[in-house]
Amino acid sequence: MQSFSMIRPDTPARAASSWQRGDAFIAGGTDLLQLIKNDVETPRRVIDLERLNLRQIAVSDGDLEVGALSRMAEVAGHPAVRDGWKMVSRALLTSASPQIRNMGTIGGNLLQRTRCMYFRDTGFACNKRQPGSGCPAIGGENRELAIFGGSENCIATHPSDLPVALLALDAELDLVAPGGGRRRIRLADFYCLPRDTPHKETVLRPGELIAAVHVPGGPVARNSTYLKVRDRTSFAFALCSAAVGLDVDDGVIRDARVAVGGVAPTPWRLPHAEEVLRGRRLDLATLEAAAERAVDGAVEAGENDFKIELTRRTVLRALRAVADQENL
Amino acid sequence: MDPAAPTRRHLLGTVAGIGVMPAPSTRGDTAERPKTAAGPSPDNTIVLLINGEPMTLPLAPDTTLLDALREQTALKGTKKGCDMGACGACTVLIDGQRVLSCLTLAVRCEGKAIQTIEGLAEGDTLHPVQAAFVAHDGMQCGYCTPGQIMSAVALINEGHATSDDEIREWMSGNICRCGAYPNIVAAVREAAQEGRKG
Repeated sequence: MQSFSMIRPDTPARAASSWQRGDAFIAGGTDLLQLIKNDVETPRRVIDLERLNLRQIAVSDGDLEVGALSRMAEVAGHPAVRDGWKMVSRALLTSASPQIRNMGTIGGNLLQRTRCMYFRDTGFACNKRQPGSGCPAIGGENRELAIFGGSENCIATHPSDLPVALLALDAELDLVAPGGGRRRIRLADFYCLPRDTPHKETVLRPGELIAAVHVPGGPVARNSTYLKVRDRTSFAFALCSAAVGLDVDDGVIRDARVAVGGVAPTPWRLPHAEEVLRGRRLDLATLEAAAERAVDGAVEAGENDFKIELTRRTVLRALRAVADQENL
Repeated sequence: MDPAAPTRRHLLGTVAGIGVMPAPSTRGDTAERPKTAAGPSPDNTIVLLINGEPMTLPLAPDTTLLDALREQTALKGTKKGCDMGACGACTVLIDGQRVLSCLTLAVRCEGKAIQTIEGLAEGDTLHPVQAAFVAHDGMQCGYCTPGQIMSAVALINEGHATSDDEIREWMSGNICRCGAYPNIVAAVREAAQEGRKG
């Protein structure tokens, strides 16, 4: 394990400005310390973000604003989130364990690294860890890996639940750059597909930090759920998950959101499934037709072939759960 | 030490040496630390408030709270299972919230109240959750038990012990490889009910 020193800046701008090549930011630390213990990350210095004042959870003009250092548990249990952004609360509550949810932050969860075991074990080659070294997962043990969005260089999956819900709800991120400059981007534009550069996972620039997450509210956020399928009932990463939201008026679906997790290198939106739903009557035939389109373009890698049928069924079950739960 | 009469600690050390137990910490070695980097030096002493008692410890920035407790204080009740956040054996309370001490850097705990399994009993009187684990035999080998009990104390305070299903879900961060789960659930249920009566 790499030894490191630590600095503790007190504003986002100072934290971003102090970043030098070889540094790592630490928020909750639940993923970073695992990566350091596995020698996947070898920072010489960590920049502690704990003193940054980024822990707000507020609703303004119908939008949810969450500071990047808010803990997963406090966002999941916040009354406004539980009522108005059910899929966000559910995604967080089905993440990790109670202990880790008390530690892990919102910003850190968006930046959790893949759980692909080849990435986490430095005894193997990995294009994400060492560009150009190869991908033993393709043709290897890939039961947990991607059926969407992979490339010939990488089929790792993004492990986090929260960004799946945030993608479905068109969330945006506030970023702070060295020097203190801010920009806001859509979560849909935040993650990069592996293509020829699987080591580049987000559009974050050197030293740039996530400061806050903005999530639009409304019927699709309120009438929603997050369904996560795991190898055991709790405390496991998703084999497949679905974040769905429905806005229904007089039996007709006005808007629908469907995104899936555990099946792609990024959280994965399903526009074809949403198109089937919008404007149609809410009945079982409609939901089944949408679920059929959920796996458009899916590609199996061998051991993960079961995920194609599992994704179709997970989406259907999640849609039916929202329809039942909200008496739509 | 008489080699014919090895102590328990000696035996555990031998087991660690052949790699069955988690590898012993090597973080006492200061020779490899970067000397020019900014931040606290390896010799920095920091005061941690552990079970109500301030303890002054020399802490390197990369020392986990788990290693600080086990290696630098006499408090070995907190257990190192996986050391990777997957088992819950190292669960402690920080400012009343349950966290994993293996994924917590000790220097970041300055000014916070740390509670370990040693801080639960009052003298010879067990904490109600400890007593319930004894009454229900909520353990077999006992290695996960300190973490299970710390997690259960927090879970009851959180109000997440209203049914057996809820207890199972909210205790899911604590793995028991012996499989003592039915008795653990019974112990937590009873302690929660006693708490509501009291």
